[in-house]
Amino acid sequence: MAFLLRRLAGVVPTLFGVVVAAFVLTRLLPGDPAVFFANSVTADAATIAAVRQKLGLDLPLWQQFLVYAGQLLRGDLGQSVGTGQPVATDLLRLLPASAELTLVAFALAILVAVPLGVAAALRPGSVIDHACRLLSTAGVSLPTFVSGLLLIYIFYYQLGTAPEPIGRIDPFAIPPPGITGFLLIDTLLAGDTEGFAAAARQIVLPAVTMALFALAPLARMTRASMLGVLGSEFIRTARANGLRRRKIIVSYALRNALLPIVTTLGMVFSNMLGANVLVERVFAWPGIGSYALDSLISLDYAPVQGFMLLMATIFVLVNLVIDLLYAVIDPRTGLFHA
Amino acid sequence: MREKLALLRYILAGNPVTLLALAMLVLLLGCAILGPALVPYDPIATNTASALQPPSATHWFGTDQLGRDVFSRVVVAARLDLAIAFAAVLLSMAVGSVFGAAMGYFRGWLDTAGSRGTDVLMAFPLFVLAMAMVAALGNSVSSVVYATAVINLPFYIRLARAETSIRRDMGYIEAARVGGSGHARILRVFLLPNILPALVVQASVNLGWAVLNTAGLSFIGLGVRAPTPEWGIMVAEGAQFIVSGRWWIAAFPGAALMLAVFCFNLLGDGLRDIVDPRSRT
Repeated sequence: MAFLLRRLAGVVPTLFGVVVAAFVLTRLLPGDPAVFFANSVTADAATIAAVRQKLGLDLPLWQQFLVYAGQLLRGDLGQSVGTGQPVATDLLRLLPASAELTLVAFALAILVAVPLGVAAALRPGSVIDHACRLLSTAGVSLPTFVSGLLLIYIFYYQLGTAPEPIGRIDPFAIPPPGITGFLLIDTLLAGDTEGFAAAARQIVLPAVTMALFALAPLARMTRASMLGVLGSEFIRTARANGLRRRKIIVSYALRNALLPIVTTLGMVFSNMLGANVLVERVFAWPGIGSYALDSLISLDYAPVQGFMLLMATIFVLVNLVIDLLYAVIDPRTGLFHA
Repeated sequence: MREKLALLRYILAGNPVTLLALAMLVLLLGCAILGPALVPYDPIATNTASALQPPSATHWFGTDQLGRDVFSRVVVAARLDLAIAFAAVLLSMAVGSVFGAAMGYFRGWLDTAGSRGTDVLMAFPLFVLAMAMVAALGNSVSSVVYATAVINLPFYIRLARAETSIRRDMGYIEAARVGGSGHARILRVFLLPNILPALVVQASVNLGWAVLNTAGLSFIGLGVRAPTPEWGIMVAEGAQFIVSGRWWIAAFPGAALMLAVFCFNLLGDGLRDIVDPRSRT
């Protein structure tokens, strides 16, 4: 418990730094927001000055920061000019789309990469090993926006098995009642199997694109870590004692190989959050990445700031979970005792 | 010199993959240096009469929506893409290694402040940070270089710091100190050259990321602008034609991008095997 508290306290300075960084970055953005809010380039100086005062842009930078930090503490991320909605509302509305995509891709990547890495480590030099090596080297070299387009070409244009890449659901379909915001779950809750199939068909290509990208480091790390553990003496002893192969691999080897794999999982997740922006762009996926990008291009401060803060917060939390997982996987790390 | 060449040949004979990567690197650098002089067409000259033609003998990679030759554009783009990547990685390595080594050597408040700073940088998904930085610094090629350099910075800082921390209390450093060397001289003469191999391996891998990052940024419309030939922009321009089956506009620049990243990754692996044979996976 003490560890947990200490770890949580360690998050505070990082998050503070993140807030400062997001603030500074967006204040550097080109374009005068006062002119932007005045809705006219030709607005006279008095109008612009009035708008500037109203927005608090005439205050010194540190005062602006304090005002900003105060708003953040109240959960107020500012107003989006593009949608006319509070940024927090927008982000909450769009987050499920991104989360659904990322989580499906993440699950897919783990389900493929870990067994593949284990299989490769069990028979080094075999066909599976070479396939694993090829996949992990090619996977990191493949830009997500290129592999996404490639998949669209093959499965939408050539084979016609995938639907048109225009978002989460058919624009004419009726969305299910929003309970979790995850279409795959909401359609099932509503008992709408047809809707579920449609949503699944839409998510397959973007999820596979992201999974391909996440697969490579995972498979590579699983293989390396498993190889190391399989060569150690306690595995030899377990074998000599005649334990069943399955038990040796799963509960002896994999459990001990898990630590570096989990570390890689955290890294992969962070990369996926970044790759989200590109994949959402390719598949016209209406998530927070597309939202941030549209705002960035139309010089809309607040959503970009909100997006960056959200991303960093998610990432810091994921790292926290991973640290806790360490302690669960390997009690020797002593995190709960220290 | 001859001995070095013999050693190089010996190493490469045992690493056919690294040899392949070197060959690809030579090809890429050749395109970057000689490309504009070799290509058959002007990469930005439009010719609407021959728009959207599939690959053929006259246009090896086909033509895009404005009738520009995709082959010429792909080859010419190598210069810009590689130049951005090299500039960013060199900048990042130079700043990061000096800063990281100083952090590991002096410890104290510098180390604390630097570590906090890298933690904050690493708390953002790197691509998102690069996006925001390019937008903040202004939409230009130099911003892409700076943004790419900054997102790679934490890796060099951490690496240089770790490698220096291991060595700072070793005998030869102590001997140098007793011999009257100042801090600057110890860092420059005794520490930095020793941590350089590890940094070079990191740099090779980072070059791949830097190329990906640059292309990703221009794909979403940040940094390099049309009509400049650049792989990311070309993929973005070709994206709208994919759904109607005109694959060549996006596929060839995409393939070039892949080749470049693949090459740098293999090279990084090969260098790591040479520098640190124990870490082979």
